[in-house]
Amino acid sequence: MSPPLVVERSPSGATTTSGPRRERALSWLLLLPSVAVFALFIFWPLGRTLYLSTHGNDIFGAPGAYVGLDHYADMFSASFAGILATTALFTLISVLPAVLGALLVVLLLESRIRGVRVLRTAFALPFAFSVATASVVFAVIYNPAIGIANGLLGAVGVDRVDWLTDPSIALPAVGAATVWMNLGYNVLVLSAGVAAIPQEVVEAARLDGATGWRLATGITIPLLSPQLFFLVVVSTIHALQSFGQIHILTKGGPDDATSTLVYSIYERAFAYGSSDFGAASAQAVVLLLIMLACTAVQFGILERRVHYR
Amino acid sequence: MKKLRPGRIAVYVVLTLALIPVLFPVYYAFAGAVMGPGDLASYPPALVPSGLHWRNVTDVFSTVPLGRFYLNSAVQAGVITLAQVVTSILAAYAFAFLRMPARAATFALFLATLMVPWETIIIPNYLAISDWGLTRGGLTYLGLVLPFLASAFGTFLLRQAFLQFPTELRDAAVIDGCGHWRLLWRIVVPLSKPSIAAVGVYVFLSAWNQYFWPLILIRDTEYQTLQIGISQLNDAEAAQPGLILAGVALSLLPTLAVVIFGQRYIVRGLTAGALR
Repeated sequence: MSPPLVVERSPSGATTTSGPRRERALSWLLLLPSVAVFALFIFWPLGRTLYLSTHGNDIFGAPGAYVGLDHYADMFSASFAGILATTALFTLISVLPAVLGALLVVLLLESRIRGVRVLRTAFALPFAFSVATASVVFAVIYNPAIGIANGLLGAVGVDRVDWLTDPSIALPAVGAATVWMNLGYNVLVLSAGVAAIPQEVVEAARLDGATGWRLATGITIPLLSPQLFFLVVVSTIHALQSFGQIHILTKGGPDDATSTLVYSIYERAFAYGSSDFGAASAQAVVLLLIMLACTAVQFGILERRVHYR
Repeated sequence: MKKLRPGRIAVYVVLTLALIPVLFPVYYAFAGAVMGPGDLASYPPALVPSGLHWRNVTDVFSTVPLGRFYLNSAVQAGVITLAQVVTSILAAYAFAFLRMPARAATFALFLATLMVPWETIIIPNYLAISDWGLTRGGLTYLGLVLPFLASAFGTFLLRQAFLQFPTELRDAAVIDGCGHWRLLWRIVVPLSKPSIAAVGVYVFLSAWNQYFWPLILIRDTEYQTLQIGISQLNDAEAAQPGLILAGVALSLLPTLAVVIFGQRYIVRGLTAGALR
C-alpha cells in the first residue's frame, strides 16, 4: 500500500495530489514516447523531404547542391500532367463505384429481408484481404493466358482481353480490383451508420406509407450523409495513397498508363536501383499538398455538420 | 413468413447479382489453392476443383519459407500493435486526465501527424533507417517497427473513451491515495477494454497488411514479411497459379480469423471517425 498523498487545492479549485507541478511532469513523461516517435519519424523527415526537394543528388542518392525550385519547375511537363491525370482518374473510378455500390447493398439489406446478417458478413469478407493478397488473386484472375477472366469470356465466345497490358484497360482493371478491396469496409461503415438511425424515425415513415425507394431517398440516405461524406473523403485519401495493387499488377505500366503519383515517387526513389531522391521528394511534397486539401474539405464538412446539428 | 412480392424478389435478385463478383475472388483464392494443374490449365477453365489437391499447399512451403514469413509478420505486427497500444494509452491518459501547459497545442500537434501521408516522408525515413544499419539481419525487425511505435489515431480514439469517465472518479481515486499510475492501470484501462481492443485490432490489421515500407526496407529473404513474400511468389511462379493461390489462402487465415472473431471491434475502430 502506498501512503496517502497530501491533498491540496490548486488555484483552479480542483483537487490534486501533489500540486500541478508533479502533474505537469507526469504528463510530459506520458507524452514523451509518442512525441519522440513523431519527432524522429514524422516531423524531422517532413523537414528533410522539403530539404531534399530543393537539392540535387548523385546517382547514389546523396544530396548535392541547392537547386531551388528546379524539381518543382520540372513538373510543368506533359509526363507529370499525365501522372496527375492518371491519379485523378484512378481515384474517381476506385472511389465512386465502391461508395455507391456499398450504399446500394446496405439499402437493399435494410428492406427487411431474411438472412441480413449472413449477407452483410458475406459482403464484408473482402475486408479480410490485404492489398497484397487481393492484388495477387486478381493477378491470377487477370492472367492473359490461363486466367479465369479470359476463360469465362472465351466460354461465352468473347475475345480475350489483355487486362493488364492494354493501356486503355489496365487502369480500369486495377481500379476494379481496388473497388473490390474497399467494398467490404464501406459496407461495414454504412451498416453501422444505418444501425445508428433511430428506429422510431424509420417506423414513423413506414406508418406514413413510405417504403422502398421513398424510404431510402427520404429518410435513410439523408440520415446516412455524414457516413457517406466520411467515406468519400477517407476513400479518396486512401485511393491517392494506393501503391500495392499497382506495384503487384502493372508496375505502373503499360506505357505509364497506371503510373499514379505515389507509384511515381516509388519509381524515382526506389525502383530499378534509381535513387532520384530530389525529384521524388518534390513529388512527395505535391502529394502532401493534395492530402492537406482533402483534409481541409473533410474538416469543412464536419464543421458544417456540427453547425446544423 | 412474409409473402414474396415482386419488389422483394427484385431485392433478392439484385443482392445475388452483387454478391457474385464480391464472393468470387474469395472463393477462387481457396478453390484455386486445391486445384490440380489440369483444372487450372483446362479450357474452358474449371470453376470447381476436380478434387482436393493438397500438393499446392505442401509445395508452397518448399518453394518459399512461408513459415518464416509468418514469423516475421507476427513479430513485426505484434511489436507494432503492443507498442502503439501502450504509447496511445499513456498519451491519451495525459490528454484526458492531466492538466498541463499548452495541452490544446500539443493535441493539435498529435492531430497534425494524421495529415502527413506516410509516402511523403518515406524517403527520409528510408535514408535514416538505412544509415543506422537497420536493413540487414535481425536488425531488420527494428527497422520495420521503429517508425510505427506510436500513433495519433490510437491516442485520439482512447482519449475519446477516457473522457467518458466522470471527473468525480478521478478526484475520488486521487483522494483515496490511489495516484495516477494506479488509477490508469487499475481502473481506466480495465474499464476501457473494448476501446483498447478496437485500437489493437485496427493497428494489427494495418501493420500486418503493410506493403510499401517492408518492400523497400528488407534486403534479406530471411526477414521478408508475408505480404511481400506472397507478392514475390506471384512474380516468380506466374505459371503455377495453384501454388500462388495456396500461398494466398494460407496467408489469409489470421486476418480471416480477426474479421470473423473480432468483427465488432473492427467496426468500432474503423467507424470511430465516421460516427463521431
